Amino acid sequence: MEVYLDNSATTRCFDDVAAFMAQIMCRDYGNPSSLHMKGVQAESYLRYAKETIAKTLKINEKEILFTSGGTEADNIALIGTAMANRRAGKHLITTRIEHPAILQTMRYLEEQGFKVTYLPVDGNGRIHLEDLQKAMTKETILVSIMHTNNEIGSLQPIAEAGALIKKMNPHTLFHVDAVQGFGKFRIYPKKMNIDLLSVSGHKIHGPKGCGFLYVNEKVKIKPIIFGGGQQNGLRSGTENVPGIAGLAKAVDMIYADLDRDVERLYALKQKFVDGVSKIEYVKINGLTGRESAPHVVSVSVRGIRSEVLLHALEDKGIYVSAGSACAARKPQPSATLKAIGLEKDLLESTLRFSLSVFTTEEEIDYTLQAMYDIVPMLRKYTRR
Amino acid sequence: MFTAFLIKYAEIGVKGKNRYIFEEALVQQIKYAVRRCEGEFKVSRTQGRIYVEALTEFDFDEVVDNLKKVFGISGICPVVYVEDKGFDALGEEIVRYIGEVYPETEKSFKVNARRARKNYPLTSMEINGKAGEILLDAYPKMKVDVHKPDILLHIEIREKIYIYSETIPGPGGMPVGTGGKAMLLLSGGIDSPVAGYMIAKRGVKIDAVYFHAPPYTSERAKQKVVDLARIVSRYTGPIYLHIINFTDIQLYIYEKCPHEELTIIMRRYMMRIAEHIAKETECLGLITGESIGQVASQTMHSLAATNEVCTMPVYRPLIGFDKMEIVAISEKIDTYETSIQPYEDCCTIFVAKHPVTKPNLNIVRRHEQNLQEKMDELVETALKTEELIIVSQ
Repeated sequence: MEVYLDNSATTRCFDDVAAFMAQIMCRDYGNPSSLHMKGVQAESYLRYAKETIAKTLKINEKEILFTSGGTEADNIALIGTAMANRRAGKHLITTRIEHPAILQTMRYLEEQGFKVTYLPVDGNGRIHLEDLQKAMTKETILVSIMHTNNEIGSLQPIAEAGALIKKMNPHTLFHVDAVQGFGKFRIYPKKMNIDLLSVSGHKIHGPKGCGFLYVNEKVKIKPIIFGGGQQNGLRSGTENVPGIAGLAKAVDMIYADLDRDVERLYALKQKFVDGVSKIEYVKINGLTGRESAPHVVSVSVRGIRSEVLLHALEDKGIYVSAGSACAARKPQPSATLKAIGLEKDLLESTLRFSLSVFTTEEEIDYTLQAMYDIVPMLRKYTRR
Repeated sequence: MFTAFLIKYAEIGVKGKNRYIFEEALVQQIKYAVRRCEGEFKVSRTQGRIYVEALTEFDFDEVVDNLKKVFGISGICPVVYVEDKGFDALGEEIVRYIGEVYPETEKSFKVNARRARKNYPLTSMEINGKAGEILLDAYPKMKVDVHKPDILLHIEIREKIYIYSETIPGPGGMPVGTGGKAMLLLSGGIDSPVAGYMIAKRGVKIDAVYFHAPPYTSERAKQKVVDLARIVSRYTGPIYLHIINFTDIQLYIYEKCPHEELTIIMRRYMMRIAEHIAKETECLGLITGESIGQVASQTMHSLAATNEVCTMPVYRPLIGFDKMEIVAISEKIDTYETSIQPYEDCCTIFVAKHPVTKPNLNIVRRHEQNLQEKMDELVETALKTEELIIVSQ
C-alpha cells in the first residue's frame, strides 16, 4: 500500500488539471501577447484563471499577479513593497516561524538597510497581538504573517492582526503567506485587511512552478523582474499559461466542495492524533482540532531519530517528512520547532504527517498500525 | 590545428617480453576513454608508439581531459600531421606551427628529427640543421639551445610527417587490467574512493562492495555511493558494485555484543562478506581506505582485529596518509564534493559513544561466539539478496 502523507511538501496533481494543462501545452500553446488567434486563445485562459481565483477570494481580477510559486510571491511582496515605500519608513515586522521564503528575504532586506522585528510565538506556535502592537511604530511599512504554519499547522489570528495594524497605522501594509492555508480556509483579504497574499499551486493539487500574489490595487509596489512588461510591468516574462490555467482549475476543484472536504480532513486528523497519542512518549506539537490546520500533524517520538523512523515508514510505503530539516551535516533544527520551545531531545525526533483530499481512512489506519509496529521495534536500538 | 595525440608511456616500456600485454591494455583503456568524447578516433599501436588520431572534428580539451585519466600514460603530445610535399612545404608548416603554438617567439629551441621512412631525401641531421635555419630566419628573436631548449620540436618522417613539441603530463601508473582485480570496500566517505583510485593506478581492476542499512541509511546515501563509484570509474573503467543489506546483521550484533565492540565486530563481518564476494568474483585482494589512527576502528589494534578474519591480502594504500593529504587527492580526482554530501552512511548510527580503541582479540572472538545461533544464516541471506549495479561513465 502506498500512503502519501507529505502533502505540505507537495500534493499529487489532480488528473483533470494535468489533462487540461496537456491540452494547453500541445494544442492552445500560443503566447498571450501575440496578436493572432493563437494568442487570443491563450489570453482567454488567463482571463479564466483570474476570474476563478478572484471569485474565491472576493477580490478584483486586476489584483492577481501570477508568479513561479509561493517563494517568488513572497519575494516580490516583501522586496517590491519595501523598495516602493522606503521613504515612508524602513521598519518591517514578521514572525519567527515563517517559511524561509520570508525569513531569508527579510535577511536580504536587513542587508539593504531595513530594520526587521521578528515576533515570538507561544508553545503552540501562535503570535500574541500585544507583541504585534508593541512592535508597531510610525516607521513600520509592512507586516508579514503566515496564515498556516507549514511544520506544525498552527494558525495565526489574521483578521485580528489585520484590524490592529490598520487601526494603528492605516498606511502599514499587511502581507499574508497563505501557501498552506489557501484551499483549506476561506480567506477574504478585503474583509481581513490583507493587502498582499501569497499562494502556491502545487500545495493544492495544481502544478509546480506556478502561484500567485494578490496585490490590493492601492498598494505601491515595484517589480523585481524586468523585461517585456507583461502583467502590467510588475512581472515580466511570457505568462506560464498552462501553469496558470492548471492552477485555476485546481482552485476550482478544491473549492467545489471545500467545506465538506475540510470537515473530512479534520475528522481524519483527529483520528490520527488520537491513534498516535496511544503510543508511549509521543508528543503532538501545537494545537489540534479547529484551532489548527486540518491537514498537518507534527509528532515527536522520543528516542528515535526522525530520519530513521521516516525511512522505516517509507519501507512500508508511507511517505512523511522529517519535522526538522536536518539536511546539513551540522544539523540545524527547524526554526519553528525551536521557536515553540520544543525540548532539544525532541528536535531531531519529530515527523510531520500532512493529509490531503486524497487521504483515506484506510490509509490512516494503515499508518497507525505501522507506527504501532515500528516505534517499539526501533526503540530497542538506540545509541547506547 | 592538432589532429592527433602521441601517447607516451614510461613504466610499461621496460616490461620485457610482457610489454605487448601492457601496451594492448593501454590501447584498450585509451579506446574506452575516447569513446566518451565527441567525434570519432582511431587508436593505433605502431613501432612502440600509441597514436590517437581524430577522424572527425573533436573537442581538444575534452579529449585531453579524458586521456589524463588513463593510467599508464605519462605524457600526451598533441600532434600536427602534414602530407609530405617536399622539404620546402615542410619548412612552411614548421614556421606556421611555431607561430601558432608559441605566439611569444623569444624562446630557445632545438629540432629533433627522426626518419622512420629511410627513403626521405634528407638525413635526420640535415633536417635538424635546415629546419633550424628556417626557423631562425622566420623568427629572428629565437635562439638555438641544444642543451636546455624551451621548445623541443619533434619532426617525425613517416607516411605522413608528424610535428609536435608539447607534452601534457598524464597520470602515470599502469594500464588498468594488467594487475588483476581487487575488491574495494566503498563507503560514502572521503577515503575509500581515493584508496580505490590509488590501487587502480597500479593497473588493478576494481570491483566494489557497499554495505547499506535501511532504514538507518537512506536511499540517497546509496545513490551517493553509486555516484562516487561512477566518478572513480572514469579512471578505472566499469565497476561492478555489490550492494549488501547489512541491517539485520548490524541489529543482531547490537543485541548480542557489548556496544563498545559494535564497530569492530561489524567491521569484521564486513571484511568476511567482502572477502567472500571477492573470492567468488576472482579478485586477488581487498582494498580499504583505512589510515592508522584516524578513528577508533583504525588503530593498529583495531586493524589487527579486522585483518584477522581474512586470508586474502588487504591493501590499504592510505595507511600512512594524513586526512589533509587524502582530501587533496580526493579533490584532484573530483570525489570530494560528492563524499562530503551529508547523507549518513552505515557507520554513523551504530557507533558507541566510547568505542574500544585497543580491542583484545580474545575477548572479541569470545563475544562473537554470542552470534553463533543466527549469524551464518543472516550472512547467507545478505549474500543472497545482494544487488549488483554495473557502474560506468
